[in-house]
Amino acid sequence: MKTLTLPLTKEQVKKLHAGDSVLISGVILTARDCAHKRITEYIAEGKQLPFELKDAIIYYAGPCPAKPGMASGSCGPTTSARMDSFAPALLDLGLGGMIGKGEMCPEVAEALIRNTAVYFAAIGGAGALYGSAIKKSDCIAFPDLLSEAVYRLEVENFPAVVAMDCYGGNIYR
Amino acid sequence: MRLLNTDEIESAVYRAALHAGVNLTDSCRAAMSAAYEGEDESAAKFALGKLIENSDVACGNAMPVCQDTGMAVVMLDIGDEVFLTGKPLREAVNSGVRRAYADGYFRKSVCDPITRKNTADNTPAALHTEIVSGDKVRLTFMPKGFGSENMSALYMLKPAQGVEGIIDAIVQTVKKAGSRPCPPVYVGVGIGGTFDGCAYLAKRALTRDIGTHSDREDIAEIEREALRRINELGIGCQGFHGKTTALGVSCEWAPTHIAGLPVAVNIQCHCVRVVKEVI
Repeated sequence: MKTLTLPLTKEQVKKLHAGDSVLISGVILTARDCAHKRITEYIAEGKQLPFELKDAIIYYAGPCPAKPGMASGSCGPTTSARMDSFAPALLDLGLGGMIGKGEMCPEVAEALIRNTAVYFAAIGGAGALYGSAIKKSDCIAFPDLLSEAVYRLEVENFPAVVAMDCYGGNIYR
Repeated sequence: MRLLNTDEIESAVYRAALHAGVNLTDSCRAAMSAAYEGEDESAAKFALGKLIENSDVACGNAMPVCQDTGMAVVMLDIGDEVFLTGKPLREAVNSGVRRAYADGYFRKSVCDPITRKNTADNTPAALHTEIVSGDKVRLTFMPKGFGSENMSALYMLKPAQGVEGIIDAIVQTVKKAGSRPCPPVYVGVGIGGTFDGCAYLAKRALTRDIGTHSDREDIAEIEREALRRINELGIGCQGFHGKTTALGVSCEWAPTHIAGLPVAVNIQCHCVRVVKEVI
């Protein structure tokens, strides 16, 4: 089991191989269907995004509301394939990687290689476990999208598996 | 004739929704434990172990077992001797869902199909009513996540394709879904009926306990053979390979037209959440 502290350097990314189990600590940003649509609109219109994309890790997730006294509600990954059409452009703009579940398309695999980036699979359905790994959660963009807004999450020992690496390695193949 | 105030149905929906969002069914827990014990593939075993741990964390903290607390599928089998009083039935069901999703800190996942604007309270429920005999109301509550719902399919087979065609349709649907629906999956299958009725049969099949079989031997054999072939695909937990791609296959059937053989395959992820109550 590897432990990773974010942000990842390119040297760290080069040491990750499909199939590696990892525990991630640091800051990640949630974004799913509606947030991606809006991020793409911002980029197309040349508007400044309300957060830094460079070296960020996007988590394809939409959390449950937090109970009083908890940092986050349940927050497992959603199916990454729905973000297939968005991911290559974001990687080319400096996105460091993504966390989601399930295989992503060959265009994403190529963009990971081109940008020395990585795609992690979180364990789909482990919402309560991931909610408990979140120590702080703040909505930093698009609050009108409710659970689909962008949340800045501070996570500790967030379990994941390297699904697609920067060499074309793919756990699903 | 039995008078039944719809407030009682609202309360039952509320209780069922709160319980279902947090707890897997016993048969699902047992099937997941068996899959974990039997798994040799390391990443798949790691994931299965974490999923079992996850359901313990969910119960312990009364947190949703999965953040996709689903669309609220509500099935009401209403006895024909029941006379409903009070607020309209649909309003009672939606009110139970609305209160449970707020009080349980569940995610609100229902939106307009075109504008994508969230209704913000997880209503409306997907409500199915059937009239049955008797003076009771049987409630089945199932929150349905869409990572798996998206991988479902309906086929209008030719009658000549028969049992082999049915099994192929089931297995190919799971194969095509691959790692995306959060395997290991539970597969609900509708066989026969009409286009719309067949899809409902598949949904209804998912409300059966995992491991139960149709009381028709020929259909029970389809369930067993489809499961065997699915688990030969080697997709495994989360797509990490291994022995368990599906925890079970359940088929429900209805008579159909001489010209057709509808088959609906409704995919459920490993978070099987079903609560039943007789009112």
